[in-house]
Amino acid sequence: MEIGLNHYLVLSTILFSIGLIGVMRRKNLLMLFFATEILLNAVNVGFAAISHYYGDLTGQMFAFFVIAIAASELAVGLGLLIVWHKRHGTIDLDTMTSMRG
Amino acid sequence: MFEAVAFYLFAFLTIAMFYITVTTAQALHALTALAAGMIFISAFFFILGADFLGAVQIIVYTGAVMALYAFGMMFFDTTREVKEKNGNKYIVTGLATLAAVLIVVIFVTPLVSTNMHAFYPMVEGAGNTQTVGLVLFTKYLIPFEVAAVMLLVAMVAGIVLAGKKMDLSLTLMDAKQIQEIEENDKKVLS
Repeated sequence: MEIGLNHYLVLSTILFSIGLIGVMRRKNLLMLFFATEILLNAVNVGFAAISHYYGDLTGQMFAFFVIAIAASELAVGLGLLIVWHKRHGTIDLDTMTSMRG
Repeated sequence: MFEAVAFYLFAFLTIAMFYITVTTAQALHALTALAAGMIFISAFFFILGADFLGAVQIIVYTGAVMALYAFGMMFFDTTREVKEKNGNKYIVTGLATLAAVLIVVIFVTPLVSTNMHAFYPMVEGAGNTQTVGLVLFTKYLIPFEVAAVMLLVAMVAGIVLAGKKMDLSLTLMDAKQIQEIEENDKKVLS
């Protein structure tokens, strides 16, 4: 059985949906970061698959940039989380509702 | 044949690992499952012929990102069980609708765009790493430099945010000193 582009795209969708479920149901911000990493990885799989099946390197280039963005997002996010944890002693999302509209 | 076997095996493993990551109540289990899932994702890159991307995936994610997360876990004391929010029917419904729409779009998109053509085609007779270097340093040089500046900004931001009071070691002070520092912090922050 031949593995086509659609197989990879369906897999990418499933992984993205799992990441979305994680973003929706996680309360702890560290766990929320895990879910965002899953989202970025799912997109990377789609990029690499399209790059392979169309014989074009643009997809791989964008996957590299996505990896770079994921790394810097993590560095800044973890720094902010450390500051928050030092001030409030918790990293639950519910404690961050100080800006009620 | 072997490609199909490898694809289904790694697809199953990746989905299982990421499912554990988003559902488990133990932060340590989530971290371990996420690291395993990242390595299994790199297997897809190797199957797809993107060798350099697979190597970068292993180095960056399981090398750097996982080390940072492990540091964060030790810092935040996430050994206790993670509380979940559940029971919101609207969110579940919205999520299901979004996932369904995504699946439909992904099935339809290859049919719509059948006239896609390669913009930067792969070079014949050169390995993946060489072609990646050729394209990255000719067509994508400016984005590459911008990404470098972005990483520098992220590094400086991480040092500034996390490095405050890192010169004080809580393990080398006695309890009285730590209490004094905490009281000072409360005065400043309140």
